[in-house]
Amino acid sequence: MISYEFDYTRPDTVEAALDLLDDDSKILAGGHSLIPALKLRLSAPGKLIDIARIPSLKGIKMDGNELVIGAAATHSDILESDLIKQHLPMFAEGAALIGDPMIRHKGTLGGSLAHADPSADWPAMVLAAEGTVVVQSKTGTRSISSDDFFTGFYSTALESGEIITEIRFPIPAEGTKMTYQKFVQPASRFAIVGCAALRHPDGTARVAFTGVADAPFRDTAVENAVGDWSEEALEAAVALTAQGMEFNVDHYASETYRHHLARVYCRKALKALLY
Amino acid sequence: MAKITVKVNGKVYSHEVEPRLLLAHYLREVLSLTGTHIGCDTSSCGSCTIHLDGQSVKSCSMLAVQADGCEITTIEGLAPSGSELHPLQEGFKECHGLQCGFCTTGMIMSAADFLQSNPDPSEEQIRHALEGNFCRCTGYHNIVKSVQWAAQKMKEDKAVTA
Ligand SMILES: Cc1cc2nc3c(=O)[nH]c(=O)nc-3n(C[C@H](O)[C@H](O)[C@H](O)COP(=O)(O)OP(=O)(O)OC[C@H]3O[C@@H](n4cnc5c(N)ncnc54)[C@H](O)[C@@H]3O)c2cc1C
Ligand code: FES
Ligand code: FES
Repeated sequence: MISYEFDYTRPDTVEAALDLLDDDSKILAGGHSLIPALKLRLSAPGKLIDIARIPSLKGIKMDGNELVIGAAATHSDILESDLIKQHLPMFAEGAALIGDPMIRHKGTLGGSLAHADPSADWPAMVLAAEGTVVVQSKTGTRSISSDDFFTGFYSTALESGEIITEIRFPIPAEGTKMTYQKFVQPASRFAIVGCAALRHPDGTARVAFTGVADAPFRDTAVENAVGDWSEEALEAAVALTAQGMEFNVDHYASETYRHHLARVYCRKALKALLY
Repeated sequence: MAKITVKVNGKVYSHEVEPRLLLAHYLREVLSLTGTHIGCDTSSCGSCTIHLDGQSVKSCSMLAVQADGCEITTIEGLAPSGSELHPLQEGFKECHGLQCGFCTTGMIMSAADFLQSNPDPSEEQIRHALEGNFCRCTGYHNIVKSVQWAAQKMKEDKAVTA
């Protein structure tokens, strides 16, 4: 399959990329969502701006009490990072479940968040880990809490003319436990349902889902119900999973089956956080 | 048009290409390296797998311009210099790891990347590592055996040279 014609540029800096970015152009990172779409001629940008090799967008580092992942860090960069294994082990656990090794070598965290596929894995993990998406435009930078970032079906709070530069996470306190549990669609490898959950040492939780609805979401009803993490409390929390949500329905899973899976994966995630 | 320079199997090439040209098409049609196959053309089957700067990638889902300045290895360049076959190629031959052979070059390129960092893999690790490669013929068992055979051979070769 051959896409429509387009021009291609590969600027060295975010500023140069922003100068080139207009309504007729698209950012290219790993290309593993964009290139398939171009090949299907679902999109016809006049120009691609390749940011995958911009040095300031790569890398994973500590900055004060935050862990910072560059937007162009690949899934496999994250999977292999010692900082991630130490502070956000759920990200290594989850990255290993994305696609296959070849996809992980190209696909990026920033690309996945910007694309906001309703079945993508990172959105749930970024929500549970309290991520902040940092974006830059010609007029400056702004930080968007992950709670406000995902706005609907393939939609985000990103505005035209903005590039995601990094995603920042508070470093979890000693004793925090976290996990990502995914029911994989065996052909595409995307999540039919994915649940990311984090338990702070004080017993409070953050629980987020992907695959369940049009957009990933935090389930505050579940978070509030975990209480003392007793068997009964957890069952009560699981029963509240995705209450009142409008479910994704496709040929893989009906509404009833998806709701069932969401509860099962919620239970798996919460149980993985018991001491 | 855009100018790209790439090093493929140790040889440097420069070409003017259309930005929309896929890397798989560049390798097959411009460089005539037809060992890289195109099975699904939708980033699913892995038959187009090559190494880009040492990492396995699906060349049907990359543009040739994205590879500008990079080093590429295809199945044609996998065997170490001086040998006709890479241990994985030998392993697939020894263990009947192929039937029609369409998936084989991609399987071998994926397995080669995997074995670089996992010289002593379990069966489960091999199966997990080959998740992005589909085979319509073999049922996978002999592919796994072929990779195990190659891992063993590579260990023995290493012990001899050490
Ligand atoms: C076979 C296959 C299996 C997959 N399996 C999974 C899976 O199991 N789970 C999963 O979560 N994903 C999966 N993916 C998707 C994969 O992870 C993508 O790589 C990812 O969603 C997009 O990242 P990218 O870097 O490739 O983005 P690109 O394809 O380059 O870009 C995607 C979109 O984001 C925009 N964009 C990219 N970077 C930025 C930025 N920094 N700032 C602003 N906009 C930006 C682009 O303009 C484009 O609109 C799979 C993909 C394939 C092909
Ligand atoms: S041809 Fe590239 S993945 Fe199938
Ligand atoms: S041997 Fe025929 S597809 Fe694998």
